[in-house]
Amino acid sequence: MRTASLLRGTGVAGMISAAVILAATILAIIGPFVAPYSPVLPNLNMTWVGPVGAHLLGFDFAGRDVLSRLMAGAQSSMLGPLAVVAGAMALGTVIAVVAAWRQGLADTVISSGLDILFAFPGILLAVLAAAVFGAGLTAASVALAIAYMPYVARVLRGAALKERGQPYVAALEVQGSSATSICLRHIVPNMLPLIVAQATIMFGWAMVDLAAISFLGLGVQPPAPNWGVMISENQPGILQGYPLPALSAGLCIVGVVIAFNVLGERLFQQAQAQQTRLQQPQVPQAQVRQRQAVAR
Amino acid sequence: MTASDQDANVPTAEGAAGALTASDGPAAAPLLEVDGLTVRLPVGGVKRAVLRDVSLTVRAGEAVGLVGESGSGKSMTARAIDRLLPGGAEVDGQIRCSGRDVSELAGADLRAFRTKVAMIFQDPRAHVNPVRRIGDFMTEAMRTNLGVPPRYAQMRALDMLAQVGIDDGERRMRQYPHELSGGMLQRVMIAAALLTDPRLLLADEPTTALDVTTQAEVMAILDELRREYGLAMLFITHDLELAAAICDRTVVMYAGQIVEVRSSELLHDDPLHPYTAALAAARPDIARTTARLRAIPGRPLSAFEAPADECAFAPRCPHASDACRAGVPGLTALDGGLSRCVRAAELRGQLTVSHE
Repeated sequence: MRTASLLRGTGVAGMISAAVILAATILAIIGPFVAPYSPVLPNLNMTWVGPVGAHLLGFDFAGRDVLSRLMAGAQSSMLGPLAVVAGAMALGTVIAVVAAWRQGLADTVISSGLDILFAFPGILLAVLAAAVFGAGLTAASVALAIAYMPYVARVLRGAALKERGQPYVAALEVQGSSATSICLRHIVPNMLPLIVAQATIMFGWAMVDLAAISFLGLGVQPPAPNWGVMISENQPGILQGYPLPALSAGLCIVGVVIAFNVLGERLFQQAQAQQTRLQQPQVPQAQVRQRQAVAR
Repeated sequence: MTASDQDANVPTAEGAAGALTASDGPAAAPLLEVDGLTVRLPVGGVKRAVLRDVSLTVRAGEAVGLVGESGSGKSMTARAIDRLLPGGAEVDGQIRCSGRDVSELAGADLRAFRTKVAMIFQDPRAHVNPVRRIGDFMTEAMRTNLGVPPRYAQMRALDMLAQVGIDDGERRMRQYPHELSGGMLQRVMIAAALLTDPRLLLADEPTTALDVTTQAEVMAILDELRREYGLAMLFITHDLELAAAICDRTVVMYAGQIVEVRSSELLHDDPLHPYTAALAAARPDIARTTARLRAIPGRPLSAFEAPADECAFAPRCPHASDACRAGVPGLTALDGGLSRCVRAAELRGQLTVSHE
């Protein structure tokens, strides 16, 4: 019910984006099982052959069915960003809430630490991770999660600080609730709209960055199907006048990323509108009266 | 009325803690003792005093009123007691609750202390998580802090709602805070505050945000439940009459200092400090028509603006003399109460309210 009402506020563009994301998610789950042909078995006779018969998108540089590779590749292409977002969100939220709750020295230390982390571009960190731990989706995802964490932490720290300053938090403290319980039961749930919005936008970034890392050969290793890998291995086709395999993979990435960005943007606006709504009715009548009384 | 007049234990020592135990006899040990509390808050890098040498005691089952103008430090005192001061606050003096120093509490001890000292706030709507149901809010402290089973917590909450005059508790507990009126929500807050079995209630202007008829109802409920559960209460208000009506003793604050402590029934008719007298005089009298309400000339001082070498009220006081400007007067015992006025004894009787 809550998800439905959350989506309804995002308008037509938001709904379409959500549908695209849903389709991509379903594809990621069932894609490898329903792909009509093997996504990895090469057939050099069919190299760069265009769409024929049941092969709707033709063949790639190694004569593999492009559609099958797209479907099977959806899994690693979606799973990677998911891991990045989940990791960055979890880390970022914890750090943001700790900074906002402790304030003072802890906040200063955390904020400066984040500023230092900001200095490292995600891709650079991923390259480093690939060099140390070997190329692969796991190393790249962990590196990106760490690189994205400061962005999450900075935005959420602001929200958490605002929430921390709410009078009801003081009221809970006075009732004897522990900091952990207040944070987990009240502060984080109240930041959830913002967290969801942030995660959605971040998914788009992560997808592009992971595709770039796979393109560079440091992420998913060929012949495993992956959209980023597909662009990389089929790019000679673009020069040779047959761009369809590379473009179709690129189109999948662009489509999903745009969908995530639009939806995230809308959710973000909604979250901010909700924040202001929650804060508006709290002008205490008493203060107005008190001021009037003093004026008299 | 004359009980404290004739009290044998007229305090001899200067200092509030000793004097305050006088009016009800020394038998009851104080539940809350605030001793020489001075609080400084950082404002733009400078530490500014908001409370200066505040000392008061509340005994078990006793209601003490804390009155004063806005900015006189009433709420700050309550927040200091419940350890709710903003970060960077500098606290001197001691706050003891049942003999334990509150400033030394931390972690689980602090939480346990806080369940015993409940607070009711001025604006109930701001002090409740707007996206949680009433039932959630009421039972949370019991469930998470006291380990009460959810069904029992639910039952107790319902029972307590009935006691504050909410009969359709079942329905109310399923509602969200915005679905309740201000008076209703304040009753819920009172009920929630009582659910953790506190021994001391800090009521920070609990009725200021409510309209007058609702205020009367809420006050009646608060007073009745307080007596029923034998709770001590520190009742903060800027309504002198309201404090006098429900409190045993009233403490008057001005510019972060206590200027008078007096048994409530004597406060209005026989004030010991010119400020109290002026406050009482500023109240309109229902029996008379007045073209203009009497006001205290000048404006209320914040604690940090108060002069360090003279009586803080002297600039606005009609009775100020050179003696008042010689130094900050101490709290002196007089007729069972305390007054921070050097001329208290000689002005006695001349301060009484007159609506000419």
